[in-house]
Amino acid sequence: MAKDGSVGYLTTRLNDFINWGRKNALWPLPFGTSCCGIEMMATLCSDYDMSRFGAEVVRFSPRQSDLLIVAGIINLKMAPVLKVVYDQMSDPKFVMSFGACASSGGIFNVYSVLQGIDTMIPVDVYVPGCPPAPEGVLHALLRLQDMVARGETHSQRKMAIVS
Amino acid sequence: MDIRQPVSTNYGNWIEKFGELWKRQAESLKEAFGAEIEQILMPPNYPTDVPIIYVNKSSLPKVMAYLKDQSGFEYAFLSDITATDEEVEPRFEVVYNLFSHRHLSRIRIKTRVKENEQVPTLVSVWKGANWAEREVYDMFGIRFEGHPDLRRILMDGRWVGYPLRKDYPLRGYQVFSEPEPIDPKLLE
Repeated sequence: MAKDGSVGYLTTRLNDFINWGRKNALWPLPFGTSCCGIEMMATLCSDYDMSRFGAEVVRFSPRQSDLLIVAGIINLKMAPVLKVVYDQMSDPKFVMSFGACASSGGIFNVYSVLQGIDTMIPVDVYVPGCPPAPEGVLHALLRLQDMVARGETHSQRKMAIVS
Repeated sequence: MDIRQPVSTNYGNWIEKFGELWKRQAESLKEAFGAEIEQILMPPNYPTDVPIIYVNKSSLPKVMAYLKDQSGFEYAFLSDITATDEEVEPRFEVVYNLFSHRHLSRIRIKTRVKENEQVPTLVSVWKGANWAEREVYDMFGIRFEGHPDLRRILMDGRWVGYPLRKDYPLRGYQVFSEPEPIDPKLLE
């Protein structure tokens, strides 16, 4: 580090290299609750392959994954469970809100549906659609990779403040 | 004002297929139980797809056991238990939909319940009524006396209010940030 606090050339290159590694090896946690879960399965399968972009290894445990894909309606009974799962993930963690119901409650503006998961957890990328087309999901994944490369996700900004 | 429309049915016209059977069943039910059957609404006269039989609340287990086992009726399958909030006195109507595999006919039994009254449970007649009655309790607040385990089934255990009543707001959210504590007695 230089005298005025700015980081030198090598550490920024190292940072970029680490972010490159992170973005190309996102391990998703498919939190699929309803119909969007099937669309997520379709995106992970052979025709629209998500493993081309590195998100091949799905781990159903929050301790072992770093991308939380919330696909489907989150009821008010399920919302605290989602919060617990998100809290158990370790930094850096990214959240993709898949579909209309996870982003804003969708067509279900009723007493039992959480109106958007961003009331509970910070979301990095939203995918609109009911259910979203797989091309839209892959577009969102690529935009998330751009955000990770630039260090603009919620988790990376928190880490930058702390460190 | 009654705005009910005639109801369409699957697999053909039910009044042709089951009209005679339903009439005979209504006659023998009236003979067997008399005043405990309050009202019978039959399809061509009333706009419905199956006969609706209003039963007095306290004689419900007797009538249900009769409907389940008596030959000529044999409504052995309880399709669903639900309720409606009528907003007139008495407030709720608990609806039981029955189906008979032997005769392939359906029938609907209703009881009128006031707001804080209890309905006798049908768990002794059909085991499957357990969860269906829990759902009616969760959504409407109608308690069933004699039920072994009456607690909420669809909503969170800490929910306040009964969502499907007419005076519950459509968007009455109650957001919890902690998961519901698990009752250790239920973990067996």
